[in-house]
Amino acid sequence: MEVLYYILNAFSLGVTFLYGCTGEIITEKSGHLNLGIPGIMCIGSATGCAALQMMYKKGIPDFLVVIISIIAAFIGGAIMGAIYSFITVTLKSNQNVTGLVMTIFGVGLTNYIMHDLTGVRYLYAKKFFRFPFAESKTSLQYCGVMVFLAIIIAIIASYILTKTRIGLNLRSVGENPATADAAGINVSKYRYLATIIGSGIAALGGLFYVMDYSGTQEAYLSIEAMGWLSVALVIFSTWKPIVGILGSFIFGVTMIAGSFLPIIFSWLTMASTPFLKMLPYVITIIVLIITSIRNKRENQPPEKLGINYFREDR
Amino acid sequence: MTNNVKLELKGISKTFGSIKANTKVDLKLHEGEILAILGENGSGKTTLMNMIAGIYFPDEGQIFIDGKEVTIHSPKDAYNYKIGMIHQHFKLVDVFSASENIVLGVETKAKYDINEVNDAVAAIAERYGFIIDPKKKVHEMSVSEKQTVEIIKVLYRGADILILDEPTAVLTPQEIDKLFSVLRKMKEDGKSIIIITHKLNEVKAISDNVTVLLKGKYVDTVKTADSTESQLTELMVGKKVTLNIDRTEPNNPTDRLVVDNLCSTNEEGIATLDHISFTARSGEILGIAGIAGSGQKELLEAIAGLQKIDAGTVLFNNPKKDKPVTYIHKSYKKVCQLASEGKFHYEDGTKVDFTGMKKKDIVALVNDGKVLFNEDEVIDLRDKTPLEIRELGVRLSFVPEDRLGMGLVGSMDITNNMMLRSYRKGKSFLLNRKNPEALAEEIVHDLEVVTPSIKTPVRRLSGGNIQKVLVGREISYAPKVFMAAYPVRGLDINSSYMIYNLLNKQKESGAAILFVGEDLDVLLELSDRILVINAGKVTGIVDARTTTKEEVGLLMTKHEGINETKEVQA
Repeated sequence: MEVLYYILNAFSLGVTFLYGCTGEIITEKSGHLNLGIPGIMCIGSATGCAALQMMYKKGIPDFLVVIISIIAAFIGGAIMGAIYSFITVTLKSNQNVTGLVMTIFGVGLTNYIMHDLTGVRYLYAKKFFRFPFAESKTSLQYCGVMVFLAIIIAIIASYILTKTRIGLNLRSVGENPATADAAGINVSKYRYLATIIGSGIAALGGLFYVMDYSGTQEAYLSIEAMGWLSVALVIFSTWKPIVGILGSFIFGVTMIAGSFLPIIFSWLTMASTPFLKMLPYVITIIVLIITSIRNKRENQPPEKLGINYFREDR
Repeated sequence: MTNNVKLELKGISKTFGSIKANTKVDLKLHEGEILAILGENGSGKTTLMNMIAGIYFPDEGQIFIDGKEVTIHSPKDAYNYKIGMIHQHFKLVDVFSASENIVLGVETKAKYDINEVNDAVAAIAERYGFIIDPKKKVHEMSVSEKQTVEIIKVLYRGADILILDEPTAVLTPQEIDKLFSVLRKMKEDGKSIIIITHKLNEVKAISDNVTVLLKGKYVDTVKTADSTESQLTELMVGKKVTLNIDRTEPNNPTDRLVVDNLCSTNEEGIATLDHISFTARSGEILGIAGIAGSGQKELLEAIAGLQKIDAGTVLFNNPKKDKPVTYIHKSYKKVCQLASEGKFHYEDGTKVDFTGMKKKDIVALVNDGKVLFNEDEVIDLRDKTPLEIRELGVRLSFVPEDRLGMGLVGSMDITNNMMLRSYRKGKSFLLNRKNPEALAEEIVHDLEVVTPSIKTPVRRLSGGNIQKVLVGREISYAPKVFMAAYPVRGLDINSSYMIYNLLNKQKESGAAILFVGEDLDVLLELSDRILVINAGKVTGIVDARTTTKEEVGLLMTKHEGINETKEVQA
C-alpha cells in the first residue's frame, strides 16, 4: 500500500513539473529561453489563490470556482509572458537577463500577495480541485481535475508541434527565424503568442502545487524550486511534451524519494534523505550527457534558442 | 521574352547607418527574361534584391509590378506578388525535411498533410528536371541539394519572378550546367528571372540582358548578345582593368615545407587524407586542385595544427642559417643544450662554447644577436597546436575557407581582429592597442577596404572586404608559409585580382604559398605547380606552365573505386 501511495504522490507532484515543462517547451520552440518560469509559476499561484479568496463562500458552484481560479492563474502567467516578450521582442533586450529578472520579480510579488491571503482555507479549497466522486474512491484521491488537464495539454501541445502548420511554423521560428521570416512567417507574432500561452500554461503549475498537491499556505515558498526543476525537465524531455509526461513522473518519483524510500526500504536511513533529493538534478545531468554523446540533431535545443531576431541585422 | 514589363524599380535608395547601399537605382525586368545583375562586392546588388523580396524596406523609390505600384513590407507581401528569392546563404531549417522547408509559411485553409506536400514536390521536381528526395533532412544534404530545395520552395508558392543571389558560387561546373538548363526551362515557362553573379562567362551563357551597378548606383543595362566581357568589366569597375596575372619565375626555390605520408581520419573514421606527400618550395605558389571535399580543407588544417594527424610528418625548414638566435633565448636551458651540441657559431665563424661562462653573459650574448645558427632548422609540425607552432618561431599564415567562422570574429571591429594574432605580445598587463590600430589603418588603406571606420564590426562589411581584412592580417606577419583556402570565393573580379597580386607579392618575398582554388583557369595562370588531390589521395603534381585544363580535370576525377553517387545526384 505504501508503494502505491508513493507512486500516486509522485505522479501528482510530477504534474507541477509537467505544467512548467509543457509551457517552457512551447516558449523555447519559438526561440525564447524564458528563465522567468519559476517567477511565472509563483505569479500563477498568487493570482489563482487571489481569485479563490474572492469567491470563497459566495455560494458559487464548485466547478466554477475551479475553472475561474485556473483562468485567473493562466492570465497571471500570460501577463508575465507578455511583459517578457515585450522586453525581448520589441525592446530587443537580452533574454537571459530578462528571464532572471522576471523570476526575481515574480517570486517577490508572490511573497507579498500570499502574505496577505491568509483568509483562504487551503484544505477546503483542495476539495474543489478533486472530482466530485473522488472522496469515495481512494485511487483517484491524488488525481484531480488539474492532473488530467496537464496531461491533455501536453498531448495537445505535442500534436500541434508535430502535426500542424502552426507547429511547423513555430518550430521554424525557433530554429532559424531568418528563414521563417523569409518564408513569410511573422516571427514577432509567433514569439509573442508562444511565450504568452506557454507562460500561462506554466503558471497553472504554481496553482496546482499550492491548491491541489500540498493544500497549505506555506507551499508557495517552494514553488521557485519547482520552477527550476521544470526548466531542467525541458532538457530531460529533449523538447518533446510527450516525453515530458514520462519525465515529470520520473522527476516526481525522485523528488520525493527522500521521504518515501526510507519507509519502504528499512535499510535506508533518514540520513540519506538529502542525498536522495539530488536525484532529479543528477538524472538531468545524465540525460544531458547521453543526448550529447548520441548527438542526434533532433534531440538538440532549437538552434536559435536565446537569440533575438532583428530582420535588418547583417 | 515579351515586351511586357513584369517588374520595374524607380529611384530606389537604401542606407544602413552611414553606408549608402543603394542610391536611386532603376531596373526593368520583362516577362520571360533572364536578367543578370553585375557589380563588384558591396555595389548593393543583394541589398537591392532584398528590397524586392521584402527583407529590407527601401528608404525611397517606387516598385511596380505589371505596371501597378506596390509596397512590399515583408517577405509575405513579396510572395503575394509572386516574387521568390533564393538567397546566397540558404534560408533553410536544418532539422526539417525538404518538404517541411518547402511548405513552411504557406498560408492555406487546406489540411496539413506532409504526404501531399511530398507528392507536390516530386511533381515540381519532375517538371523542371530536378532530382530530390522530399523526405531527406536538410542537414544531411549537399550544397547543391539545398539549393534545389530553395528553388522548389519558391516554385511551390507559384512565384513568377525568381531572384537568385549568386547561385553558382558554391556549385561545381556540372551542377552549374544543370542549374542553367533548369533556369532555361523556367524561362520557357514564362517566368522572369533575375540572377546575380560575378562570373562573366556565366552572364554570357545564361542572360538576355545585363544591368550593371557600381557603388550602389545604376550604371547601365545592355543586351548580353551585343556586349563583350571587357566592356562589361569596364562598366562594372568604372575604369579599364587588365585581367592578367603576371607570373614570375620562382626566385631561388628551396624546400620549405615537406609533407610526407600524411594520414588523417574524420570523426566517422573515414580517411580524409590518405598518404599525402609533397614539397612546398619558397618563392613558389603551389596550387591545390580537387573536387570540393576531396580533403583540401583537412590538408591545410592538418598543417596548421588544427586537425589530428594519424601518421606521417610535416617538416618545416626554417631558414635560420647565419641568422641570430632569437626565440629560444626564452629558454636558457635549451640554448645551452643546443650550444653544447655545436649548433651555433659567432659572426667570425668560431664555434660557440658556453662552458665556464656566467648565465648573465650568455643571455647578453644571445640578446645582442651575437650567436648565430650553423644551419637551417627543421621542425616537425605534427601534433603541435597553432600556439606551439607560433612559439617555435614558425611563421605560418592560414586564410581559412570559413572567414567569419575561423578567420575573424564577426562582432569585433578591425582593430580587435588584428589583435587576435598579437594579443600575446608585450609584457604589460594592459593591451597595446596602438600597433594593431596602425596595422588596421594600413590594411584599410593599402587594400582599399570599404568600411565606414576601423571601428565597424567586420560582419557588417561585404564578403570581399572581410576577405581583404583577413588576408591583410595574415600577410602582415611576413609569413614563411602562406596557406589560403578559396581566398576569392564570392569576390568580384577587382577584389580577386587584388588577392592574386597579394599572393604574388608574397611569392616574391620568398614565402611558400599553398593556394586552394576552385577556378581551374586561375589555378593554371597563377600557380607554379599544381597538386591534384582526389578523395584524400594525391593523384598528381603537375607543372602549371605546361599542363592543360583537361589534364588537371582528369586527375581530379580519376576513379579508384570511389563512390561518387552523392555528387552525381545533386
